[in-house]
Amino acid sequence: MVTVAVEIQLLFAASLFLMGLIGVLVRRNIIFMLMSIEIMFNSAGLVFIIGGSHWAQPDGQVMFIFILTVAAAEVSVGLAIILQMYRHFKTIDVDELKQLSDKI
Amino acid sequence: MNVIFYIAASVTLFSTIMAITGRNAIHALLFLIMSLLSISVIFYILGAPFIAALEVIVYAGAIMVLFIFVIMMLNIGLEKEIERKWLHPRIWILPSILALILMADFIYMVTINNVQEFSGQIILPKQVGISLFTTYLIGVEISAMLLLAGIVGAYHLGRQNKKVMHRFLQKEKFPQIKEESVEGII
Repeated sequence: MVTVAVEIQLLFAASLFLMGLIGVLVRRNIIFMLMSIEIMFNSAGLVFIIGGSHWAQPDGQVMFIFILTVAAAEVSVGLAIILQMYRHFKTIDVDELKQLSDKI
Repeated sequence: MNVIFYIAASVTLFSTIMAITGRNAIHALLFLIMSLLSISVIFYILGAPFIAALEVIVYAGAIMVLFIFVIMMLNIGLEKEIERKWLHPRIWILPSILALILMADFIYMVTINNVQEFSGQIILPKQVGISLFTTYLIGVEISAMLLLAGIVGAYHLGRQNKKVMHRFLQKEKFPQIKEESVEGII
């Protein structure tokens, strides 16, 4: 069994989540943004697994299965939206979608 | 065992950085798959073998295939040059090295043959299944509804949208509509 301190494992999960957040904020390519969202889902699931392993309960793994379901549904709808966006605007840059913004 | 955790964690962090800073979507996807595989090694270390298998099958298997399909559908034109560049072996070296590191990790872990060290807190799939279908049964049903909504939403959004014309206008505009719909399919 691994004997790494729980704080270090949680720090690892937090840094992974931070990377996903940075990816969402920095990248303008919508495919990369969706991939970063996947990374964030993964790190949230990792926190659940760490907790379940720390308390030796199966609840954490059950929660990870639910997160997996949510991620699968999210990515299928998101990729369909990307296809529609490319079909309408011929771009995958989210900065091009500014029809609702005011004229500056 | 701690060394394995640190190695897998550093592989995860490195490949995640490479994934979110990549310029080419397919290369970034390759590094993202490496990140998912190393996270599954971490799950295995943490005593969740069922979740480790699920991560590889569902995340690295199913969801990443969806990504690949969409990226390939969006890259219209100039495929020849890109394909020649992608098939260059230099691109595959770094993910292969990371995969070999994880493979060495995993082989060491499987062949360590130290049962006392492992039997501490491993949560087997049986316990997970019992908990999933007794305590969290309502959650399973809700996630089934969520998946149904996902299927319907993806079908509705991914459908080709036909232009709906009034029937009085249909006769004059009919050839134009035909042309546009053919263009949309291509």
